[in-house]
Amino acid sequence: MLAFLIKRTANGILVMLAVAFLAFMIFRFFGDPVEMMVNEQATQAERAELRERLGLNDGFLVQYARFVTNAAQGEFGISYRNQQDVMVLIGERFPATFELVIVATVLSLLVGIPLGVVTAIHREKRAADALQIGSIVGVSLPSFVVGILLILVFSVTLGWLPAFGRGETVDIGWWSTGFLTPSGRMALVLPALSLSLFQITLVMRLVRAEMLETMRTDFVKFARARGLPARTIHWRHALRNCLMPVITLTGMQIGNLIAFALVTETVFQWPGMGLLFIQAVTFVDIPVMAAYLMLVSFIFVTLNTLVDVTYAFVDPRLKDDALAAGGARG
Amino acid sequence: MGFRRSLLLATVAATALVSAAEANTLKWGANRDIGSLDPYSYGDSFTINVLNHVYEGLVRYDRDLKIEPALATSWEIMEDGVTWRFTLREGVKFHNGNDFTAEDVVASLERVSDETSPLKGNLPAYVSSKVVDDHTVDVTLNGTYPLLLNDLTNIHIFDKTWLVENNAEKPTDIGAGVEGFATYHANGTGPFIVESRQPDAKTVFVKNPDWWDTPQHNIDRIELTPVTSAATRVAALLSGEINFTNDAPVQDLPRLEAAPNVDVLEGVDLRTVMIGFSFRDALANGEANPFKDVKVREAMYKAIDLEALHKKVMRGKSRVAAAAVAPPIPGYDEALDVLPGYDPDAAKAMLAEAGVPEGLEFNFNCLQDGLVNEEQICQAVASMWSRVGLAPKLDVAPRAVQTPKRTNGQTDTYTLGWATLPMLDAYSPLLQIFHTKEGNSGVFNWGGWSFPELDALVQEAGSELDTQKRLGLETDALKVVKDEFIMLPLHQQPMAWAVTTDVKEMPLFPDNKPRLWYAKM
Repeated sequence: MLAFLIKRTANGILVMLAVAFLAFMIFRFFGDPVEMMVNEQATQAERAELRERLGLNDGFLVQYARFVTNAAQGEFGISYRNQQDVMVLIGERFPATFELVIVATVLSLLVGIPLGVVTAIHREKRAADALQIGSIVGVSLPSFVVGILLILVFSVTLGWLPAFGRGETVDIGWWSTGFLTPSGRMALVLPALSLSLFQITLVMRLVRAEMLETMRTDFVKFARARGLPARTIHWRHALRNCLMPVITLTGMQIGNLIAFALVTETVFQWPGMGLLFIQAVTFVDIPVMAAYLMLVSFIFVTLNTLVDVTYAFVDPRLKDDALAAGGARG
Repeated sequence: MGFRRSLLLATVAATALVSAAEANTLKWGANRDIGSLDPYSYGDSFTINVLNHVYEGLVRYDRDLKIEPALATSWEIMEDGVTWRFTLREGVKFHNGNDFTAEDVVASLERVSDETSPLKGNLPAYVSSKVVDDHTVDVTLNGTYPLLLNDLTNIHIFDKTWLVENNAEKPTDIGAGVEGFATYHANGTGPFIVESRQPDAKTVFVKNPDWWDTPQHNIDRIELTPVTSAATRVAALLSGEINFTNDAPVQDLPRLEAAPNVDVLEGVDLRTVMIGFSFRDALANGEANPFKDVKVREAMYKAIDLEALHKKVMRGKSRVAAAAVAPPIPGYDEALDVLPGYDPDAAKAMLAEAGVPEGLEFNFNCLQDGLVNEEQICQAVASMWSRVGLAPKLDVAPRAVQTPKRTNGQTDTYTLGWATLPMLDAYSPLLQIFHTKEGNSGVFNWGGWSFPELDALVQEAGSELDTQKRLGLETDALKVVKDEFIMLPLHQQPMAWAVTTDVKEMPLFPDNKPRLWYAKM
């Protein structure tokens, strides 16, 4: 087991190094941060001097090596545009993204599971078909369109919910939360809804497929024979057997939601990490872009590793497969 | 809140009650956030403009964009011609209660001119400054220089004691990677005080009750919230969540004008949109460069239908221009603003005469995130050039990607907008764009042209202290720009702000900078 864990961690580190390497290759095509930082009246000499001070004249391997060395010591530098410590900047933005993702996840389970069960039970009914078709629409609409539509309906036309921002937030230590104020809770609704739409359809389809399979199993037939009411069979016995894959999917999707949040945050001016990254791209703010990419890849790697390790505990055969594939002896 | 407000405002009596009960809060939805609370941090006009509500300069622009005293009450040029003596306003206090004195001015000028300051270029002639007494300061320049006051409108004055206490006498050096106190805190003399700041979310300013000047505004509180997505910004304005934006998207203006609770403020910006050429021997693809020939440049101008651009692309909201600076800019001369006359046949003939091969390929570099409708402008101009037998290849990408190509001379033709900010004088484009690229001049001379007679005029203007004489020289230099067709002016671009009907007065400035100390609710 220990060998397996060490191996997985080493893999994760390699992935992160590769991400940083690719990022630094791409940054060279992003443009020149110096031109964004100085104003119109700066002279050529001043521009060259600043470029030198930022170390932008060094080769990309040198810049990459410097970044990795500093990152290993937890140093990500300061943002070119905001002049704040990058880790502080990202730390400030993390709670907003995290709360948005959590609410979207909860929403997707609360809505997706019942819909999945209903469409599985009433397979022959029109309404279920309509839901199925609706879910295809939900999957295919781009999330910025969904966001703008929601704003049009609920903010402009009805005036019920705010179109942008987080409302009032409360600071608890370094964490800022929007859960504790009415305006904070109101502000969460639209972005969470628009972020979770895709996820809802995903959960719904998964639950439906699992339910259909479970309904054909012997124990459901026996339960029917014992004369249990259909409701108990569906919602208690059958659904329980469907939830394991749903939980796995939800865990795996959190990384994706953080990545998707980028678009939602831009539409709703949600002051999270995604918005920070988008603005960093606009201003060629290399330290922020690099740190964000590292953090997101770290989240992905961690989640994947956790899932793998959990599976290895549950089913040792998987561990042996993984090790065999890696060419090591466990 | 938005839909209930209309009920509240049903009667005059109710209105009186409301305004007595709640302070006048102006919710400003900008298209981006300020970079930091330190105006010397990043060469960004918007940040300086917003922080001008908190910090002030020795002089400032009035409602007509004329320079008037601010923290300095008067000034004179000493015998030697290079030292300026400023008499400072007495009784001015910083937000922390400290007195404003000559030491603060010296500390601020030193800070902005520090070698690590990205804003150094905003005070190009500065050499040193010294305290004469508590309310007198001498500033020494590197020569006779007529535009110091224009530069000083944008140099904010800090409190020296506060800088020293917080170890912020030097600007934040990004190269060193260490944070600075002034990034998070502010202490100026201006009409508003920073109450709180959450980057990318909200920055709150409250009225400074001890401001030295008589307020012409009645705003108690400004909440600056960036809303980067244009569609969301429009929605927020329609729903009343913001009541002012300094960037109303051009494509949404009809919708905003139709809304009962929104007023659109439209004007023409000082920014002149121009097309520039490469004057190098070869084009980027290695072919011989025909743009070096003034006849070819003239033909390219004649091939552009400026009226069609104005009507179709700019929806009639721009001002067609043929001069390199806008009418309000000192140095502008109507005689130079004569349109070339659209004549594609003549253009074709001139190109043939100059020996330009049919189907000449060259690149045309435009920004995705630059000027108003820039992409459409470029597409239209490219198709007009195609009509006279040229083959421009459009290259459109974000500013961050295009700027290096432009500065490295990889562009055959390109767009450039110039508003003469922060100087508000024709000297700015003459020195920065049209002068030969050498030393500190011609930083934006991306085509690599050189006209010695123009350079001589610009240099002379740059040290001429008599305003009338100086503007005459600048006009002469602009005439060279015009006669040589160095760049092709297209128009001054439109600008649009929008306010909800809660805002009673919001003067629109042609330099596109909100000055909320003139706003009323």
